[in-house]
Amino acid sequence: MVVTVNGERAEIGSARIPELLAELGYEGGFLAVAVNREIVRRARWAEVEVTEGDEIEIVTPRQGG
Amino acid sequence: MQLYGQEVASRLLVGTALYPSPAVMEAAIRASGAGIVTVSVRREAAGGRAGDAFWRIIQGLGVKVLPNTAGCRTVKEAVATAELARELFGTPWIKLEVVGDDETLQPDVVGLVEAAGILLRDGFEVFPYTTEDLTVAQRLVEAGCRVVMPWASPIGSGQGITNRAALRTLRQRLPEVTLIVDAGLGAPSHAADAMELGYDGVLLNTAVAKADDPVAMARAFALAVEAGRVGHEAGLMPARDFATPSTPVVGTPFWHAAG
Repeated sequence: MVVTVNGERAEIGSARIPELLAELGYEGGFLAVAVNREIVRRARWAEVEVTEGDEIEIVTPRQGG
Repeated sequence: MQLYGQEVASRLLVGTALYPSPAVMEAAIRASGAGIVTVSVRREAAGGRAGDAFWRIIQGLGVKVLPNTAGCRTVKEAVATAELARELFGTPWIKLEVVGDDETLQPDVVGLVEAAGILLRDGFEVFPYTTEDLTVAQRLVEAGCRVVMPWASPIGSGQGITNRAALRTLRQRLPEVTLIVDAGLGAPSHAADAMELGYDGVLLNTAVAKADDPVAMARAFALAVEAGRVGHEAGLMPARDFATPSTPVVGTPFWHAAG
């Protein structure tokens, strides 16, 4: 299915977040995920199902002032 | 100083951006003695590990993190970014920034008050980055902010305090609120200045990160913050319009009343 990941179009095979992260090369990273601007807590990653057209944000810590 | 009930030893908070290298950042933060550093939340590229590498350094420093909502232009963006930050860092602390003007990065104070209210009701402990405006600060406090962070001058400008009268008023009118001068400080003397005005702390980034020697500058700011604070606690003499001699006049040699 086609979704948007960090503002860019992405073709993914899995609907569950842990598999989706592995598929996109994010596995094992220190990160947070939001789907359609709603935070998905790490504890709920396996429960949530991503659907066609969803907007997924994958973020990590960065330098900031 | 107390930040939402947590005692913090250093009154200097530093940012983690703009350093020439991660190693210099690490050394500068250590030299600053800061117990709190600001960080941001950004998109990670697929397969990227930039966030992990940065996070390992920060964890190694043993400091508290204060995530920001830098770059957010709307209440909605700021609130969503704060939620991402809380999930990522596991802290209720958020340095709330809502940019109102791209040229000056002046906070959108209307959006700021609204976003602060939403986040405070949601259990966040908000550190709002604001202007020197008294009534905005009062609205933030009414909303539940126990810390308010007015700017000295625009972010990264290094001008120091440009509206001293307003910052003095803010301190006088909000004696119970933890006030931190955030942004615009360029020199250690600017930090001392803020502390002498009775501010509880200062937050800065560019002045250290962009110095020729960031590690030495971090130490200079640490000394200035301490000097300014001790000076404030010692009670500054009031400024006067005219000179008053410090050396006793009585007994001046060769003195005589007439001619």
